[in-house]
Amino acid sequence: MGNRKARTASPAPAAGNGLLDRRALLGSGIVFAGAMTTGIGASPTGAAAEPLEVGPWSLGPGDPVPPYGQPSKFERKVVRTLANPKLEPRSSAARTPHHLLNGTVTPNGLHFVIARGGQTEIDPDKHRLVIHGLVKQPMVYTVEALHRYPMVSRMTFVECGGNSAPLYSKEPIQADVQALHGLCSCAEWTGVKLSTLLEETGIDPRAKWFIAEGADLPTMNRSIPLAKAMDDAMIALYQNGEAINPSNGYPMRLLLPGYEGNMNVKWLRRIKLVEAPVMAINETKQYTILLPSGKAWQFYFPQEVKSFITHPSPGLNMKDPGYYEVSGIAYSGNGRISKVDVSADGGKSWAPAGLQEPVLSKAFTRFRMAWNWDGAPAILQSRATDEAGNVQPTRAAFLAERGEPKGTPPVVAFTMEHFNAIASWGVNTKGEVSHVYA
Amino acid sequence: MFTRDELAFAFVLALGLSAASAADAPRLGQPITPADLTPWDISIAPDGVGLPPGSGTPVQGAEVYAKFACALCHGDKGAGGPGGPLVGGGPLSGGSQAPAKLIGNYWPYATTIFDFTRRAMPWQQPKTLTDNEVYAVTAYILALNKIIGENDVMDAQTLPKVKMPNRDGFISRYPEKR
Repeated sequence: MGNRKARTASPAPAAGNGLLDRRALLGSGIVFAGAMTTGIGASPTGAAAEPLEVGPWSLGPGDPVPPYGQPSKFERKVVRTLANPKLEPRSSAARTPHHLLNGTVTPNGLHFVIARGGQTEIDPDKHRLVIHGLVKQPMVYTVEALHRYPMVSRMTFVECGGNSAPLYSKEPIQADVQALHGLCSCAEWTGVKLSTLLEETGIDPRAKWFIAEGADLPTMNRSIPLAKAMDDAMIALYQNGEAINPSNGYPMRLLLPGYEGNMNVKWLRRIKLVEAPVMAINETKQYTILLPSGKAWQFYFPQEVKSFITHPSPGLNMKDPGYYEVSGIAYSGNGRISKVDVSADGGKSWAPAGLQEPVLSKAFTRFRMAWNWDGAPAILQSRATDEAGNVQPTRAAFLAERGEPKGTPPVVAFTMEHFNAIASWGVNTKGEVSHVYA
Repeated sequence: MFTRDELAFAFVLALGLSAASAADAPRLGQPITPADLTPWDISIAPDGVGLPPGSGTPVQGAEVYAKFACALCHGDKGAGGPGGPLVGGGPLSGGSQAPAKLIGNYWPYATTIFDFTRRAMPWQQPKTLTDNEVYAVTAYILALNKIIGENDVMDAQTLPKVKMPNRDGFISRYPEKR
């Protein structure tokens, strides 16, 4: 880049506080005024490079290639954070480090987990899936048998109903994106459509719901509308091309694209067709939303449209003024993302971000926005819209419906479900990024 | 080039083929009788369908609570611990603190207590309680919350008839409004 001749124009501003037209990102060759236009010495980012040296890795062989590759040892800090590392008798949460990843696929070892009974290890030869209840013929499937069925693959995010709950607090909790938004992940899932198996068992016309149940300690169960089974529900066997990770349900999990994570039952062992919901603990005590009136929403299934900025974000501070890419993740349980707007002035002005193709239904969409930070304080926000026309709500609009938070609990507390309001990152003159309300 | 009609016809053909191949699906499920799947069919509906034979009282439940050391996680008489309290819970609106969602003030169905206890408790050795023990400890929890009397017997007939205080506190979001 050093000896490329600068073009004449600066990219046009797209919104306040230095947001640039998104075409500036897409290989237009525009070089930013003040940052790189005149080459060496023009700005701190243009400081002269050190003379190059030949590294030791160029002077000898590396290591034998391992049978299963691991990330570089220089990436050892890119791990999930664990809420229950000693496996005390309560649920365990492992959160995805979104601020240390890019793209749209969550590696299997970093996919978020919530498990009530630890990471269950199941012998696939002994595991069975039974489908019964209001069917014409109850059936048992071995894992081996399921692997012979016609399969489908799709990219889908899974999000815990309690993801982003720390944002429902009186004061903005100072924590990174992993702590605030780490209970959602996105993978390519491959398996057998549930409708394929139900075609084989037959369906009694009285059936309106099905109960899905796992084989782990709590034998967790949820009631799910039968319509979802006939739509896009999948018995998933593979995650990003390999057998599902044990912490995500090996040898099989239920996948309900776009629906609340807890319903995507891991270690799936049983599906029972029924007339009405079973009123399990996870659809009465848990995963219900208490409103200011004292009444609670129940059976709130889709994870609504949401986005958050991963770069920069709290803990990922910026350095000198100049060009940065503002980037993040958007998704909706109701379909494709149609637009993500970004603001650098706390929502006073917005500009549309570039959406990384392919934009897939009920999957992570990476958005990117060019930003020429002038070194002044800024507030970064993103606002996603899905193809159904749902727009991510402001914090004020969200609280108007759900009620004001009554305290500032620990970051791991679940004080709200299905929180999808706009999040705000404050940038100070030193480039430090913090969680703010705006 | 295909005309639109030709394309539509080709699409119908493709659908027909996929339906045919579905009919030729592996059919590798093994039929099972309801009797043979009994050990796994533990679902309990709020109207009591699925509740097993057996019964228990609050007094018996206090013994079960002690025998399985439930207090380690839930405290003496369910007062609270790492596994959360089994008693208490104030009004669900209007307070200065976020309300705790507990059995007495929040859970809509008593059958859920039986169901969750039988499938998941105690945490270190789930599914080891007898059905009588599950009925008993369910009765104990309901009596601690003063939802049933000290001498009430819980069984497949009485448990679904217990009216939980927050039975009518829920609004279904399904089917979704569009």
